Amino acid sequence: MTKTADVVIFERNVAKALDDGQLRRNLRSAMTTLSQRRRALFADTEAFEQLRAQGESIRRRALRQLPDLLEQLEGRCTANGIQVHWAETTAEANAICLDIIRRHNARRVIKGKSMVSEEMHLNHFLEEQGIEALETDLGEYIIQLDGETPSHIIVPAIHKNKDQIAHLFHERIPDAPYTEVVEELNAIARQELREKFRAGEIGISGVNFAVSETGTLCLVENEGNGRMCTTAPPVHIALMGLEKVVEKLQDVPPLLRLLTGSATGQPITTYFNMITSPRRLDELDGPQEVHLVILDNGRSSIYGDAERRATLQCIRCGACLNHCPIYIRLGGHAYGHVYPGPIGSILTPQLEGLDEAGVMASASTFCGACEEVCPVKIPFTEILRMLRNEAYAQGESEHDVKGHGYRYTTVEGLSWKSWALYNTRPGLARIGSQILGKLGQHLPMIGPLKEWTRTRTPPLFAPKSLHQLAQERGLDNDR
Amino acid sequence: MTANARANILSRLRATTIQGQGPFIVPDAPIIAGLELSLEERIGRLQRMLETMHAEVRVVSAGGWLDEFKAMLRTRALNGLLYGPAAPFGPALEAAWEADLPPLVPYIEPAEQCRERLFSIDAGITSTRGAIAETGALILWPSAAEPRLMSLTPGLHIAVLDAKTIFNTFAEAIDQQHWLRHGMPANALLISGPSKTADIELTLTFGVHGPKELVVFILS
Ligand code: SF4
Repeated sequence: MTKTADVVIFERNVAKALDDGQLRRNLRSAMTTLSQRRRALFADTEAFEQLRAQGESIRRRALRQLPDLLEQLEGRCTANGIQVHWAETTAEANAICLDIIRRHNARRVIKGKSMVSEEMHLNHFLEEQGIEALETDLGEYIIQLDGETPSHIIVPAIHKNKDQIAHLFHERIPDAPYTEVVEELNAIARQELREKFRAGEIGISGVNFAVSETGTLCLVENEGNGRMCTTAPPVHIALMGLEKVVEKLQDVPPLLRLLTGSATGQPITTYFNMITSPRRLDELDGPQEVHLVILDNGRSSIYGDAERRATLQCIRCGACLNHCPIYIRLGGHAYGHVYPGPIGSILTPQLEGLDEAGVMASASTFCGACEEVCPVKIPFTEILRMLRNEAYAQGESEHDVKGHGYRYTTVEGLSWKSWALYNTRPGLARIGSQILGKLGQHLPMIGPLKEWTRTRTPPLFAPKSLHQLAQERGLDNDR
Repeated sequence: MTANARANILSRLRATTIQGQGPFIVPDAPIIAGLELSLEERIGRLQRMLETMHAEVRVVSAGGWLDEFKAMLRTRALNGLLYGPAAPFGPALEAAWEADLPPLVPYIEPAEQCRERLFSIDAGITSTRGAIAETGALILWPSAAEPRLMSLTPGLHIAVLDAKTIFNTFAEAIDQQHWLRHGMPANALLISGPSKTADIELTLTFGVHGPKELVVFILS
């Protein structure tokens, strides 16, 4: 059985992550804390289930009307003075940003946290164009200093401990003293970034919810860097995936509560920032220009399929990561793609194609923890199963996931055909299970069997099959 | 940046034929009973929630807050207090000011002309539009009278809140203050404490890019 490239890379990443004792300790302690805080906040399970049902309903209602709501959002934003841009691909979204930046002759942009910008690889793109993109969220700032990408969608530097960060700051920030005191590390970052905020030319942010009835862009944050990026510079560019829209202003309070509670167990973040227009005529601050970039990048194809659409309900709270037995042991980098954890496992193969990222759908034990905690009730196991099937589906597949059928091999195809044959011919099955019952313990551990038993105990074959036992007890196996 | 991006995206979204299917009948959301607290309870809950987030809360009489505020300022060495002369309490503040207090600095020019000062001043005072008892948060609608950076760049943010505008929930505030009918401001904010981060080992520390301290005067 030849392994596809994604599998080879993933297995290598997994081995590396599992070997990293420090990483595993950092992750275990952080994920335990985050899940405990969440549990404490939602201790009243009945109330939480009601809220969750409401969250799911709001997101599904928004998705059902998605094209209409996007048009309404565009209309309201435009009327409010926000310039709206549409991008089918990440390349188009990057080009839109570059064009705005160039028009203002800016050399530097300051960024608030945005997973869509990670999806676009915006920083890398801008740097190639000679424009500095500076991350200002503390976690993002830390990993940018180290040339890394986020390992978690909410707490991007969670794979590092304070000693590692202390060394990093001391080495990479001019004149920074060595300190392991978290407050002092914070103060260093604050001082470094403050000057950048003051002089900021262009601010870039993500969007947590976009309210179509008012044309309002909502941003959730604790540090104040998001407010800085969206208030201090003369130009603000907001990036959103096209699924981020909600219909009504009143849809926001329950979603906000679900988001902050599921993410970190906070009843609310320090700042909830609602932006409806650029600086108005008589106002003294705020950006003169606000741009909204609406990105598709494969989302519209997810939208068209009844089973896949639920993927777009996600509000990016990160709870599924914090509770996933695989994420907790690997961290985000091993997944090799922007969105890790359970949401990454269902989203990434659909955005990038199964042939690129299909292996992510195998990063699940099907324990269902993600499904249990997801504040908008995404049916993970159904979607994962569908993606695994699609990976083998040749020709026209039922759900038409990009890159489907990439894992189909003749050998495997044949194996499944013989399996089907074996099980539909009672005679064959009987003889087969008798042979396995006698000789199964002595199968040579070579080839796929060796691979399979590398991390698993080989099965013990019973001397008598279930069929036989049932027959001996007088049960008729045909009824 | 193809001119067609918009049309292509919308037509792909509209091409779907699954709209009427079972899984897309949206379940009715349960009606969730909101909090229903008395004024006293709302004040108490707001205070408790804000304090958990490390804000300092002082419940004072509407007539006495200025004296208490001035006494607080005297205990600190501040290089100035940013305020909006057109704020509801602007004239009262000016009238009550004394020489031994940090100088009052009005925010009356566009930010471009006073950037240095905005980023170096120690304190700023703003009014609030209301507050939310359930989660503990102030509602701010910055305006020409009290611009956005006042509650962001100074290390100390002082907020003045009329107890009568404390709502049970965020949803109730949107509803009873008629946010929709009124029309949204350029920027509306909920603020629940001084800026904070937990990005290093989830250790909570206060005072990152926004204010390091938030002091709330609740006028009852
Ligand atoms: S899939 Fe659900 S749990 Fe995971 S990030 Fe999205 S909303 Fe949160």
